[in-house]
Amino acid sequence: MASVTEASPATLSNEEILRYSRHLIMPEVTMEGQKRLKTARVLCVGTGGLGSPLALYLAAAGVGTLGLVDFDVVDYTNLQRQILHYTSDVGRLKLDSAIDKLTAINPFVEIKRFDTYLNSQNALEIFSGFDIIADGTDNFATRYLVNDACVLSGKPNVYASIFRFEGQASIFATEAGPCYRCLYPEPPPPGLVPSCAEGGVLGVLPGLLGVIQATEVIKLILGGGEPLIGRLVLVDALAMRFRELRVRKNPECPVCGANPTVKELIDYDQFCGVRGEDSAASTSAKIPEIQPEELKRRLDAKEDIFVLDVREPHEYQIVNIKGHLIPLGDLPTRVHELDSSREIVVHCKSGARSAKAVDFLHQSGFKRATNLTGGILAWAERIDPSLPKY
Amino acid sequence: MSIKILIPTPLRPYAGKQSIVEVSAQTVGEALADLVAQHPDLRRHLFSEDGKLRSFVNVYLNDEDIRYLSKDATPVKETDIVSIVPSVAGGIQW
Repeated sequence: MASVTEASPATLSNEEILRYSRHLIMPEVTMEGQKRLKTARVLCVGTGGLGSPLALYLAAAGVGTLGLVDFDVVDYTNLQRQILHYTSDVGRLKLDSAIDKLTAINPFVEIKRFDTYLNSQNALEIFSGFDIIADGTDNFATRYLVNDACVLSGKPNVYASIFRFEGQASIFATEAGPCYRCLYPEPPPPGLVPSCAEGGVLGVLPGLLGVIQATEVIKLILGGGEPLIGRLVLVDALAMRFRELRVRKNPECPVCGANPTVKELIDYDQFCGVRGEDSAASTSAKIPEIQPEELKRRLDAKEDIFVLDVREPHEYQIVNIKGHLIPLGDLPTRVHELDSSREIVVHCKSGARSAKAVDFLHQSGFKRATNLTGGILAWAERIDPSLPKY
Repeated sequence: MSIKILIPTPLRPYAGKQSIVEVSAQTVGEALADLVAQHPDLRRHLFSEDGKLRSFVNVYLNDEDIRYLSKDATPVKETDIVSIVPSVAGGIQW
């Protein structure tokens, strides 16, 4: 990374000197470090939970060129954690919303916008204009893509990920350090891990992890301290405990090892089996479904239908259609509460967990179980708009 | 001897909602075997059908990846902590 070792040609105006004065008087930064920040070009992949604090602090710190990749639109469920976006931004492109805020914080930052979904065709070209890549994405396919593109283009990948109240952070793909594939050679198959509906995330958690990312980006630019290379920091916000694990460079890593087999970007959706989400869909293809309108009509006609809700109790509290509650995880031990002679309509939030439940019920002899298409969200959308969505 | 295994949030539903499970073992392999014996629902999340540890699940003995120790045969002692560290993408897929 050129910006780390070479004297920066940038100059700071009097206005910038005043703005960055608390940096300039630190021996770890000084004028030279601040000029390096100004010369640096950092790409934030995603402007969501992690990308919000990351980009806000990088802009405030005076990173000269900030690239933003996002194709998404702000929605209400983002506002609980994505602090770049305000209530009045709902419905706007996240990029437009982000650029407004970042420019308001620091008009000296040049922002490059990439209104696109990062993919194997555009990643290397987009990365070519930057020195450091910060991965603030939310899915495995893009994470492997970012990693491989960083290794192939020789740029560090400042990484963080979050789940509920736990997070992980590290720096991957530096010359001497490990890459993401050294840590996790393969992604989990879809369906084996709990879905978004069961997941959730504590709103401040991406704040914690995004700020760790911003710190590491700035340290890489300044060239000081101990960068988070070869170490994985685990954050447990509930216990407020930080742990550190060693991450070694795998000599047999398919991307960054001595004899790499991945020499160009591949199809990451296929690698991560995302198209097989359609495999979740293909399981559900075998699973009988009932549309909300039909369920409504038959319930109104007083037909004997047992409605089973397989969500969690805290979801039931948010909204329910008076179904019998047995969380998916408890179904095997509580299946005796059901009557196999009756017709059972199973629902969850949006249809994925209930598809698994119907599959399980069929295997357990409950042949008359069907899945409510689209879950309670579809019911709220199409049958009873007075119900809240979550 | 008795050692502790730390269970990450995504796997706690399959481990009786516990964050720490005490197991009795001489090696990391025995520790994991005791863990899935106590919590059978965890098995498919940790091991593939052929009994191998899944490649997106890392097991650490203290701060070191067992792949760089003696894998399953890595001996454990009373004060050791075994951690399961699965890959996490973000708020969406988990």
